[in-house]
Amino acid sequence: MTMSDQQATIRATGEELPDMTDRLDTPTADRVSASRHDLPTGPDNRIVVESLNIYYSEFLAVKDVNMVIEPRSVTALIGPSGCGKSTFIRSLNRMHEVITGAHVKGSVFVDGEDLYGPGVDPVAVRRKVGMVFQRPNPFPTMSIADNVLAGKRLNSKRFGKGEADSLVEQSLRGANLWDEVKDRLDKPGSGLSGGQQQRLCIARAIAVEPEILLMDEPCSALDPISTLAIEQLMNELKSTYTIVIVTHNMQQAARVSQRTAFFTIDGTGQPGYVVEMDDTDVMFSNPKRQSTIDYVTGRFG
Amino acid sequence: MTITEQRPAPSEHQSSITASRLGTPRHMAVIIGAVVLGVVTWLPTGSVNWARWIIVTLIAYGIAIYVVSRIIEGPRQALDRLMLAIVTSCFLIVSVPLVSLVWTVVQRGTNRFDTTFFTETMRGVVGEGGGAFHAVIGTLIVTGIATLMSVPFGLFTAIYLAEYGHGTKLAKAIQSMVDVMTGIPSIVAGLFAYALFELFFGPGTRSGIAGAVALTVLMTPVVVRSAEEMLRLVPDELREASYALGVPKWKTIVKIVIPTAIAGIITGVVLAIARVIGETAPLLVTVGLAQGVNWNPFDGRMTTLPVFTYYQYVQPGLPPEAGQDRSWAAALTLVLIVMVLFTLARIVSIALKPKGLK
Repeated sequence: MTMSDQQATIRATGEELPDMTDRLDTPTADRVSASRHDLPTGPDNRIVVESLNIYYSEFLAVKDVNMVIEPRSVTALIGPSGCGKSTFIRSLNRMHEVITGAHVKGSVFVDGEDLYGPGVDPVAVRRKVGMVFQRPNPFPTMSIADNVLAGKRLNSKRFGKGEADSLVEQSLRGANLWDEVKDRLDKPGSGLSGGQQQRLCIARAIAVEPEILLMDEPCSALDPISTLAIEQLMNELKSTYTIVIVTHNMQQAARVSQRTAFFTIDGTGQPGYVVEMDDTDVMFSNPKRQSTIDYVTGRFG
Repeated sequence: MTITEQRPAPSEHQSSITASRLGTPRHMAVIIGAVVLGVVTWLPTGSVNWARWIIVTLIAYGIAIYVVSRIIEGPRQALDRLMLAIVTSCFLIVSVPLVSLVWTVVQRGTNRFDTTFFTETMRGVVGEGGGAFHAVIGTLIVTGIATLMSVPFGLFTAIYLAEYGHGTKLAKAIQSMVDVMTGIPSIVAGLFAYALFELFFGPGTRSGIAGAVALTVLMTPVVVRSAEEMLRLVPDELREASYALGVPKWKTIVKIVIPTAIAGIITGVVLAIARVIGETAPLLVTVGLAQGVNWNPFDGRMTTLPVFTYYQYVQPGLPPEAGQDRSWAAALTLVLIVMVLFTLARIVSIALKPKGLK
C-alpha cells in the first residue's frame, strides 16, 4: 500500500470505505516496510512534529515545537502548570480545535502523513490516535460493557453478541480491569472507583484499536495503588502502542517513560516552549539546560 | 412564656466548643406559646380568623425564638434561628394560596365530576346535565398538535444554540429573539395565528390548527430555553471523550449528549405543555367554541377546556348553578390532566435517567 492510499483512507469522511477491507487484509509487515520505504520519517507510527505553533484565537499558547516521538515507547511531557503540555498533547489528535477559536500552525506527521494537511478528516485522525483524559469520563448513560464498545458502536459497527463479548473481554483484560468487573459488566460505569473508571476509559480507548495513545495526566486524580496499576498497564501497552503521557509527577515520568520532553513558560501571557528532549535517563541525571536541572531537581516549579 | 429558664452554670471542665442548647422541649414551648397567642387574638371578635391567626403566630414565633435563643444559646445561634423562622414562614405563606386553590377546585369541581361529564357534550343542553367530552377532546387535539410542532423546532434550535452556534453572532441573535418570544402576551400570539390563517382562509376562519399554531408560538421558546440549559449541563468531558474515540459530532450529540440530558429535556417539554394547556385568550380568538365534538382540527370550531370553563362561567344558562358546576369540573379536569402529565414525565425521567446518576 502506498502513502497516497493511506492518505486517501485517512481523508475519507465518517463511515468506512469499501477499500478499508482491502487495507485490513494487507499484512502489517507490508505496511511497515512500505512506509519505511516511502517515507523520510521512518517506521510506523513515529510522530514528527515540525514548527508547531498552537493558538487560542489570537493568543499563542505554545510556540515552535519540533519533536520526534518514537514508536512503541512511552514519551513523557513534563513541565510546570500552564506551560502548554496539555494543549500540545491535544494537538496530536486534533482535539485542540474542539475549543472555539483554537487552531494550530505547522505540521504533525504520523507515518509521514501531515495530520494538519489539507483535506484530512479530524474524525479519522482521532480513530487512529486515541486519548485518555485527566479526569475519568465514562459515559454515564452506558453500562461498563457498553462503555468499552462505545467507540466501535458509535462508529456504525454492527457486531454479534459473541464478537462484542470477546472485544469487551479483550479490551478490559488489556486495561487490567477484567477480573474486577467481569461479574458486573451490565452495571453503570460511573459506579466504579476512580482508578477503575480511568482503566475503563483506557479500555474504551484501546477498543477502537488506535495506533497511538495520548494520556493527559491520567493518574492525577488517582490514589497510589490505582496509579501503580495504570503505570504497569502503560508498560504492557507500549509493546503495541506509541504512548505519549503528560504528567506532573516526575517520579512517574522517570518510572514509565523512555523519552522525556521538558516544557516551560517564561511568564504569564508568554507562550510555552520545549526546553529540551532526551532519553529519560539523561533528562533526570544529566540534562543539558540549567532550567531542566532546576525543574527535575525540584528547585522550581 | 418559658423564657425564665436559667442558663446552666458552666461546669468545671467546660471546653470552648461545648455550648448550651435550646433543646426540643423548650423549642416546643415557644411554638405552642406562639400558636396560643394567635388564638388569643380571636377573643375580641369571638370568631375564627385564619389569616390573622397565622400571621400573628408566625411573627410571635420569630420574635420569641430570637429572644429565647439569644438568652440561652447566644447571638449567632439566635440569628440562625431567626433566619430559619423567616425562610420557613415565607414558604408557609406562599403555600397557603396553593393549598387554598387546590382545595377550592376540588371542592367545587367534584359536584359535576361524574361519568356524564366525560361522555356527553353541550349539544342541545341549556340547563342541567351536559358534559365536556368535546372540550377534553379539543384540548388534547390542539395541545397535542402544538406539542408535535414545538418540540422538534424547539429541540433542534436548542441543539444549534448549545452545540453548534455557541458564541456566534447568529446564536446570540436567536437567543435574544427567544427571550423576547418567551415574554409575548398570549393574546398577541392568538391574534398572530388568527391573522395568519385569515390570510389563507378569509376572515372569520376558526380551526383547531390555528389554535395549535398560536400555542406553538408560546411553547417553542420555553422548550428552546429549557432544552438548551439541559444540553449545556452535559459536561464537555463527555463530548471530548466521544470525539477522542473518533465519533463524529452529530453522532456524539445523538448518542451521548441527548441521552445524558433526556430526563431534563422531557421535564422541560412537560413544563411547556403545562404552560400552554390552560391558555384561554388565544384559543378564544383562533378556535372559538362549539357545542359538539369536532374531531377535525383543520375544519371549523372546536371547544377546549379553558374556553369551556370561561363560557360556562360567564354564560351559565338557567339555572346558573349547573353551568358554574360544569365550569369548576372543567377546571378540575384541566388540573388533573396537568398532574397526570407531570407524573408521567417523572416516571419517564427516572426510567431514562443515566444509570450512574440515579
